[in-house]
Amino acid sequence: MELPIYMDNHATTQLDARVFEAMKPYFLEVYGNAASRNHSFGWEAEEGVEKARKQIADLIGATAKEIIFTSGATESNNLALKGVAEMYSERGNHIITQVIEHKAVLDTCKRLEKSGVRVTYLPVRQDGLIDLDQLRDAITDKTILISIMYANNEIGVVQPIQEIAKIAKEKGVLFHSDAVQAIGKVPVNVGQDGLDIMSLTAHKLYGPKGVGALYVRRRNPRVQITAQMDGGGHERGMRSGTLNVPGIVGLGAACEFARKEMPEESRRLSFLRDKLKDKLLNNLDEVYINGSMEHRLPHNLNISFAYVEGESLLMGINDIAVSSGSACTSATLEPSYVLKALGAGDDLAHSSIRFGLGRFNTEEQVDYVANKVIDVVQKLRELSPLYEMAKEGVDLSKVSWTAH
Amino acid sequence: MAYSDKVLDHYNHPRNVGSLDKSSPNVGTGMVGAPECGDVMKLQVKVNPDTGVIEDAKFKTFGCGSAIASSSLATEWLKGKTVDQALEIKNTDIVNELSLPPVKIHCSVLAEDAIKAAIGDYKRKQPAPEREAFSVS
Repeated sequence: MELPIYMDNHATTQLDARVFEAMKPYFLEVYGNAASRNHSFGWEAEEGVEKARKQIADLIGATAKEIIFTSGATESNNLALKGVAEMYSERGNHIITQVIEHKAVLDTCKRLEKSGVRVTYLPVRQDGLIDLDQLRDAITDKTILISIMYANNEIGVVQPIQEIAKIAKEKGVLFHSDAVQAIGKVPVNVGQDGLDIMSLTAHKLYGPKGVGALYVRRRNPRVQITAQMDGGGHERGMRSGTLNVPGIVGLGAACEFARKEMPEESRRLSFLRDKLKDKLLNNLDEVYINGSMEHRLPHNLNISFAYVEGESLLMGINDIAVSSGSACTSATLEPSYVLKALGAGDDLAHSSIRFGLGRFNTEEQVDYVANKVIDVVQKLRELSPLYEMAKEGVDLSKVSWTAH
Repeated sequence: MAYSDKVLDHYNHPRNVGSLDKSSPNVGTGMVGAPECGDVMKLQVKVNPDTGVIEDAKFKTFGCGSAIASSSLATEWLKGKTVDQALEIKNTDIVNELSLPPVKIHCSVLAEDAIKAAIGDYKRKQPAPEREAFSVS
C-alpha cells in the first residue's frame, strides 16, 4: 500500500483520470473562445460548454439554461447572496442563514451587513441541524433569501433541505443552498428539493479546481440576480468573463460520472466510513462523533478523541492526510467555529479529526488508518494529564484551570 | 507546518513521561493551561531536601507537538539543577533549542510557567521555621 494516504476529500478531491481525458482536447486542440460566434473554433468550444451544461443539469434535475458557470463555489455563493440582495433590495433587506455555513457565505453576509442588509444567523442544535421553528420565526416581511448549506464541510451533516424549501415557498422567500459537499454524494434534485439557487464546484467531485456553477431557477419562480462583475455579459448577463472551457468540460464530465456511479459509490463509501467508525469506537474509550450520524454524508466522519489534542494526533499520523478542528491547525488559533456551534465545548473541538473518504480510498487504507489512529491516540493518552485525571475520577469541568 | 528535527525527536521519543507522588513533601507539582485553550501541562520535580537539587522530573502534556516537546525538554533540563537554577530557565531558551516558530512561542511560555508552578509548589511544602517563629510573637 502506498503512503501517504489521502483522506481529506472535503477539502478537495483527486482529479479523476477519466475527467482529465475529457478535458485534454480543450487545452491544445479546441482552444476557441466559446463566445466566438463566427468560426468553427468558437462553435466547437461552445459545443463542449453546452454539453457540460447539460451534464450538470442532468445530475441536479435542472435545465441547461439554469446553469451559470463561475470560478468555483466561493464565487457562486458571493454571486447568489450579493446578486439577490441587490436585485431584490426594493422588496426587502433581510437574509437568513446559519452559524455553521462556509466562510464564503458567512463573510459575504458580513459584507452585506455593512451595506444595510440585515442578516439572521440561525444557531444549530447539538446534532448540527437547524431548528425549523426557529427558521419560521425568523422570517419577516422583509426577508428575501434563506441561505442554508445542503451539507456541512466539517461534520457532513445534511440539513432538512426539503422542509426548509417548503417554509421558504410558503413565505415567498427565495432559497439558496451551498451544495458543494452534497453534489455527487447524495441525490440532489433542485425540483424535488425545492431549491431556487444552488452553488456547486468541480474539485469536490473529482473534477478540476477553479471552476464551479450556480444553478438559478428560471421558472416558478423566475429568479433574477444582479451581476457582480461587469464585462461582456456572458452567462445570461449574470456572470461576465470568457468561459474556462477545459474546466467547464471537466465539471460536466465529473457530473456525468457522479450521476452514473453515485448509488454504488455512496454505498461503498458509507460501508468504509462505518467500518472506520466502528473500529475506532470499539477500540478506544471516550470517543465522540460530532454531529448527527443519521443525517450525514456517506463519506464523512468527524470525531473527537477526548484528552488528545488534534494537532499532536495529526503529527503522529503524518502519513495520513486528514484535518483537525484544533486551534493549533488554524491560522486564527481558534478552534473550529462549526464544532463550537454544536455546543460540545472547546476541548472537544481541539480534539477533533475530520475524515473525508473518497472515490480512490480502499478498504486496506481504511484498516491502516484505523489501526494507526488507535495506536497514536493510545500513545498520546499515556502522555495526557487530562486522561490521567479522568481515570482518577477527577471531574475536569470542576477544575479551576489557568486559562491563557 | 514543518516541525524542527528536535521537536519531532521529543514528540516521537518524549523524555521523562509519567507522574511522581504529588503528596510527597519533596515533590512539587505544576499544572498550567486549560483544556479549552488546547494545552495543559503537568510538570513535577522531586527535590533532594538537603542539597536543593532536582533529582527527578516528570511530565504529562495535553497539547500540540511543540507543547509536548517544550515540556519534555524542560524535564531534561531540570534534572540535576538546583531549585534556584531551575527558576532561571527562560521560555526563550526553549524557543531557541527547539527552533519554535512564532505561533508556537506560547508553548514555551507554558513550559516556563509549569516549571515555576512546580518549584513554587515544592517551596510551599517546605517548612519555614524562622518565619513561623517570628509570626507567633
